[in-house]
Amino acid sequence: MAGEVSLNGSMHGTHDHVGGNYLNATKGLKSWLLTLDHKRIGIMYLVSVCIALALGGTFALLLRTKLLHGGYTPEAAAFIGSSKDYNQWMTLHGAVMVFLFMIPAIPAAFGNFVLPMMLGAKDVAFPKLNLFSYYLYFTGTVMFLVVLVMGGLDTGWTMYAPYSIVHSKTAVPYATLAVFILGFSSILTGLNFIATIHKLRPKGMTPFRMPLFLWAIYATSVIQVLATPVIGILTFMLFIEKIMGIGFFNPALGGDPLLFQHLFWFYSHPAVYIMVLPAMGVINEVIPTFSRKPIFGYKMMAFSSLAIAFIGFVVWGHHLFVSGQSPFANVAFSAITLTVAVPSAIKVFNWVSTMYKGDIHFTTPMMYALFFIYLFAIGGLTGIFLTALPGNIHTHDTYFVIAHFHFVMVGAVIFGFLAGLNYWWPKITGKLYNNKAGVLGSVLIFLGFNLTFLPQFVMGLKGMPRRYANYAQEFEIYHQLSTAGAYLLGVGFLTVLLYLLASLAKGKKAPSNPWGAASLDWQSTSPPHMHNFEKTPLMGDPYDYSLVSHDEKTGGYVRKPGEGSSAHH
Amino acid sequence: MSSTATAEPAHAHGHHGHEKNLAHHFDTMEQQFDAGKIGIWLFLATEVLFFGGLFTVYSIYRANHPQLYHIGQYFLTWEMGAINTAVLIFSSLTAAWAVRAAQLNQKKILVSMLVITFLCAATFMVVKYFEYSHKIHEGVLWGQAFNPSDAELNHVIEKIEHKGGDPKAIEFLEAIKERPVAEKKDMVAPLQMFFSIYFFMTGLHGIHVLVGMGLIAWLIVRASKGQFNNRYFAPVDSVALYWHIVDLIWIFLFPLFYLIG
Ligand SMILES: [Cu+2]
Repeated sequence: MAGEVSLNGSMHGTHDHVGGNYLNATKGLKSWLLTLDHKRIGIMYLVSVCIALALGGTFALLLRTKLLHGGYTPEAAAFIGSSKDYNQWMTLHGAVMVFLFMIPAIPAAFGNFVLPMMLGAKDVAFPKLNLFSYYLYFTGTVMFLVVLVMGGLDTGWTMYAPYSIVHSKTAVPYATLAVFILGFSSILTGLNFIATIHKLRPKGMTPFRMPLFLWAIYATSVIQVLATPVIGILTFMLFIEKIMGIGFFNPALGGDPLLFQHLFWFYSHPAVYIMVLPAMGVINEVIPTFSRKPIFGYKMMAFSSLAIAFIGFVVWGHHLFVSGQSPFANVAFSAITLTVAVPSAIKVFNWVSTMYKGDIHFTTPMMYALFFIYLFAIGGLTGIFLTALPGNIHTHDTYFVIAHFHFVMVGAVIFGFLAGLNYWWPKITGKLYNNKAGVLGSVLIFLGFNLTFLPQFVMGLKGMPRRYANYAQEFEIYHQLSTAGAYLLGVGFLTVLLYLLASLAKGKKAPSNPWGAASLDWQSTSPPHMHNFEKTPLMGDPYDYSLVSHDEKTGGYVRKPGEGSSAHH
Repeated sequence: MSSTATAEPAHAHGHHGHEKNLAHHFDTMEQQFDAGKIGIWLFLATEVLFFGGLFTVYSIYRANHPQLYHIGQYFLTWEMGAINTAVLIFSSLTAAWAVRAAQLNQKKILVSMLVITFLCAATFMVVKYFEYSHKIHEGVLWGQAFNPSDAELNHVIEKIEHKGGDPKAIEFLEAIKERPVAEKKDMVAPLQMFFSIYFFMTGLHGIHVLVGMGLIAWLIVRASKGQFNNRYFAPVDSVALYWHIVDLIWIFLFPLFYLIG
């Protein structure tokens, strides 16, 4: 490490605010690819997950286009792609979105960028490990691209045995190895964040004086560390099974496919919270900032994140209600799953209460936060239909499930991610964007999202099964609405891309604290200095907005001096 | 890069700026050590869950086919497992001693303890090599590759008779002698599963031992250069912790496969 100390230390001798930030402190491709700076690593993740989002979105558009026509007519069958193509698109859409976008999106991109800054620290606890995690992610991503070239994957993202081992002719071993490697990336990121939050908190920042984003990341990291090894070993077993003729999960060789499902969901249910909790963490920052009010029920917010993480470990059986699992297990898993509603409802209640009588600013991040609450409420409530056993049996493996988890999980991640992207954009890039264009983008995405998934609830209840390339005529109208929504969603994403690119090209210079937030990350310059802070930031309640005042000169907010203690470690 | 001025970063290094093993983002050696400690313990937790998935698989199949785990055990040589258990337990002692030696600046003891630990690990792998090569030679293999030789089957039958007999097991093994084994799929499938799990779990454990040997070798090089002292011994501490978990996993594997038929 000694080398980096002098390297970085020598770069900010000029005290030039423009010349000394993390983006231009060192130059050249190598200074990015081998960087140990958490901010640059965060940006590398940010770019990577956006590419993954575009790739997964393309598969979504392909499969939705295929589903524009159904009804078993020859024209419908030949409309675009074969049923086999559909299986591939459906699988790759799910796998790319889950493993390459949703799991790393918020923790790895924004967690990396913001977490040390919220602690007033210079970096995460293990910077080299952090870079290694990124390259594991990169390797896993490249392997997924290799899978694409090698003829794709048609097992569904769940890779259920025995289909995946015995029947699938696609590149299953590569995909399992990719998931194995991506899992390690996720584990090491979580491990790094836990150590950082424990050991790099400044003196005086007790756990209950941390911004709630950190609580959310902490809870997420615990899940990443404790659940991911199980899918790691599972994918490794699948890989070995496939190449060595073992039958761990193949009934023809004495194996038990149900065991595969148990182990798979032991990870993959908690993984839902790896995706959702960080999104909630972003919302916890955005709503109080733009309501100019402290967050309502801070401690309940912190504990509910931990409660969700904990309960998330003991509900996996709700994915196996019709698998032949024992009725007793069904009842138990159903009951435990229902209890997730309590911490989830606490969060929604607290967000709404935070806004109550607040001075609400309809900025772009706030729009996403408001839409997030709506999506999460609908997604959560339809979850109750699914965890109730009779409701589950009726809707099992139908589009109702698809609509549910897109609302609760995908909606949460996409809207949380975009809220975070728009919230921290000025900090990350040092540029402001056009708020009107931002709001327009958020509305388009919101409308597109609803148009895509609301009809899926209806057709699911009417019995349209998931993962089918064709369907009965009666479902056509719902599929067509859904496909129209998917394209509208695409237009919304393009809008976001355009105004953000415009901001990069000719956006106005962002002040340090354009939103008037009170957490430490906003006391750095925009973009931040190589070492995050030039002056030791002043601590205080992260949700006390009386600590900042509007500054006419820069158009942003500044920390009132003299209040709160310095964030020394 | 050639700028000369070096203003103090926000959190001034101050008095501890001279510690050469202190990374720039930590303020004190203690903070750095504690962070590393949390990191390694979390890593050990992931190892436990990693193997935890496999122990689950072991338990499920054992519960479903107890009689075949019973027979499978006769194919294993418990004496070899016992030697390896003793070797690993002893190496855990020397690993712990190495940490203590580093803390007390006892360079010679540190290096010799690390060398002994390394040799124990090597002994473990040599014993494992003999076990594996015998099994591979006699066709006692995983999954569909399971096709034990008559000599091995006779040997196991003899072993059972020597222990006082187990008519059901002997009957089963005699039946396997009728070739080809592949045609008795329903019958031998659980035994194939036993060896699949045996090779998978002990193989994965063996990989962990090899990784441990690499890490210990790296420590030996650094220790003999005198890079560890009472202020800086975190790598020795972390590798020792890793080594303990590798030993601990074996301590579970040994009775589960070799003893409790
Ligand atoms: Cu679930």
